[in-house]
Amino acid sequence: MKRGALLAFVLIAATVAFIVIGTVWPISTAVAFAGGERLLESSSTPEAAARNLGQEIRLKDWGKAYSSLANRSKFTEQEFVEDVTGYYPSLRTYSSLDHFEIRPLHASDSDADVEFTLDWSTVVGTLPDTRTVHVVRNGDHWEVDWPMQKKPVLPPQVIPVEYLRWDVINRGPGDDWGVQDVDGPNVRIDDMHPVQRAEGVVVLGELLNEDVLPAYVSVTATLHRKDQSAIGTESAFDRISHLLLPKQVTPFLIQFPNASLSEVSSIRMEPFSTLVSASADPVIEIDNEQLNPAPDAALTGQLINQSGQVVNVAHVLGTLYDKSGNLVWVVDQYVDRALLPQTPVSFKIPIPEDLAKKVSSQRTVVATYSFGGFL
Amino acid sequence: MKLALIFVIGVGMFVAMQRAAAQGSMTVQTSVQAGSAFSIQTSGSGEATLYVIGLGQVLKRSVQLGNPVYFEAGSLCDAGHYLVVLEQSSTVETKPLDVMAVSAPGRLSFLAKPSRLPVSVHEGITGAAYVFDSYGNLIVSPMSVSFQLSNSAGSVQKSDVTTHAGAAWIEMDSTGHQGIDQFVAQAGGISSTRVIRQVPGDPCALKMSAQQTGPKLELKTEPVVDCSGNPALDGTIVTFTETYDGGQSTADVPLKHGIAEVAMPAHHGATITVASGVVLGNQIREQ
Repeated sequence: MKRGALLAFVLIAATVAFIVIGTVWPISTAVAFAGGERLLESSSTPEAAARNLGQEIRLKDWGKAYSSLANRSKFTEQEFVEDVTGYYPSLRTYSSLDHFEIRPLHASDSDADVEFTLDWSTVVGTLPDTRTVHVVRNGDHWEVDWPMQKKPVLPPQVIPVEYLRWDVINRGPGDDWGVQDVDGPNVRIDDMHPVQRAEGVVVLGELLNEDVLPAYVSVTATLHRKDQSAIGTESAFDRISHLLLPKQVTPFLIQFPNASLSEVSSIRMEPFSTLVSASADPVIEIDNEQLNPAPDAALTGQLINQSGQVVNVAHVLGTLYDKSGNLVWVVDQYVDRALLPQTPVSFKIPIPEDLAKKVSSQRTVVATYSFGGFL
Repeated sequence: MKLALIFVIGVGMFVAMQRAAAQGSMTVQTSVQAGSAFSIQTSGSGEATLYVIGLGQVLKRSVQLGNPVYFEAGSLCDAGHYLVVLEQSSTVETKPLDVMAVSAPGRLSFLAKPSRLPVSVHEGITGAAYVFDSYGNLIVSPMSVSFQLSNSAGSVQKSDVTTHAGAAWIEMDSTGHQGIDQFVAQAGGISSTRVIRQVPGDPCALKMSAQQTGPKLELKTEPVVDCSGNPALDGTIVTFTETYDGGQSTADVPLKHGIAEVAMPAHHGATITVASGVVLGNQIREQ
C-alpha cells in the first residue's frame, strides 16, 4: 500500500516537472506549431530567408509568407496561395507540407539562387515540388523572389465532346437460376517477369483488356516454394491502372518485401476483372516522352488534356523495356496538379540507377480521375 | 372326442380370423404422378393412423379401417421416394410409394454461355437445358429439346437434342456478324430465351492518315473493322505513337463512330505508328 502511494507520488511529481520544463524551455518546433515565432530566424542569409519562407508555408501562415516576398507587388496573396496549393482541386489541395530542403546554387552580395524542394504529404505518399528560387538582398536582410507560375488562362471556347458510356443490366434476385449474368470482361496477362531486388522480389507484367467493354482490373500474385507451400500473396495495389478501356494495356508491379527469388519455384498469377461504368473521356496525350540517362535517370514528359474537363488527379505509369523488348521495370508517379484542357503539365519519374543502363524504350500510360466538375 | 376336436379347431380359426380383421392392412399403388389425386385402400376394422413420409413433407390422416383414404390433387407435388405407414395400437405396416414427375414440361431452365463472345468462334456458344414439370420436378424420362440460335442478319442455327437424365446440351458456332443473338431452347411448348452478344474480333488492317495543320499533326484512322468486316465498337482504344529525335509522344484514343482521331505535335522526320491492343497498323514518316 505504502509502495503504491509512493509510486503514484513519483509519477505525479515527474509529470508536473516535465510540464514546467516544457513550458519554460519549449523546443522551437513546438513553439512554431503553437503560433510562436521561435522557429523562424533572422533572414540574414539567402538560405535563412528561404528557410523562413518554408516554415511559413508549412504552418500555412500565408499572410507572413506573402509579406516576406520581394516580388509581392506583382501578385496578390490569394494568387500566391493558389500557386502553392493549386488553382483547381488536386492532390496538392488536400496535402500539407511535410518538410522542405534548401540547396544553395549561387550567391553574390546582392542576390542568390537556391534550389527549394518542398515535399508535400498527400494521400498517395510524399510528392516533391522543386523550384529554383531567386533571393535578393534588401537592406540588412534577404527576401525571396517567388517564382510565380501564372494561372493558365484559356480562351473562351466550346470543346464538343461526344460522350461514350457503358450501362450494365445485371441479373435480378427474382430471376430463374438458369438466367446467366453478364460475363465479366476478358483480360489477359501479356507479360510477367519476376525480378530480385534488394528490398525483395518484384513481379512485373502487363495486362490487356481484350474485351469490348471497360474493365476494372487488378492483379494478385502468389509465390510458391518447391513443395508448393505459399511464400506470400500480394497485389499490385496502385502500381497499375485499374480502369482499362477496350484493347487498353496497363503495366503492373507487385512487391514481395523480404522474399528471395531463389526460394521461388512457381508464381500463380490471378488477374481480376469486373464490369464497371466508365466514360471514354478524357483523352490525355503524353508529349515529349524522354528517357534521360544516369545520373539522375528519369522518364520525363508532359501531359496534355485534350478534353474540356478538368482532370483532378493523374497517375503516370511507365513501362521500361530493354533492347529486345523485354520488360525491365515499371515506374509510376502521381501528378499533384490538376490537368486543365490543352495545358501541358510536366512529369519526371526517377528510374533506378542500376536499371537505367538496360532501358532502351518505354511505354507510358495515364490513369485519370475527375471530381465531376467542368471548367 | 371328435366333436370336441372339431369345436376347438373351429373356435381357433374364428379367433384367428377376428384378429386378422382387427389388425387391418392397406393397398398402395407403387407410383403416382406428382400433384394428382390418389387413394389408399385399407381393410380390416377399427381405427388407425396413416402417414405418408417423404423428404421435407409428411401427410397424416386418421383412418377408419376398411375405408379408402383419399388424397386430393396437389397433396404430393415433390417427386421422389415416399414411405406409407399404417399405424394401429399394436402393429405398424409400411409400404413404399414413388411420386413421379409429370411427363409434360412446365418449365425450362436454360444456361447459355458466354453472354458475349467474338464473331466466328467454332463451338464458342454452349447451351444446357433442364426440363422441369409444373411443380419444379426434373423430368428424367427422355424428351426432345430444340435449340435455336438466330441473329439479326437472318442466320439461324437449329438442332434437336434428346434429354439425358433431365438435361440436354449443345455447342454452337458464333456467326460472322456482330449483333445481339437470340438463343432459344424449347421443349413441349415451353421455351426459354437468352441473349448472346456477338462482338467484333481484333481490328484488322488498321490504317491511319496524317495531315499537318500548323504546328499540329491531325492523325485519323480509317473506319476500324475486324477481319470479317464488322466495325470495331466505339470506345476501343487506339494508340498513336510519334517517335522523333530523342523523344516520343503517345495518345490512347477511344474510337468514336468507328474512327479514332487526335492532334499531336508535328516534328520533322517523326515516325508515327498506330496500334490497338496487340494489333499493329501502318506507319507514317513525316516529311
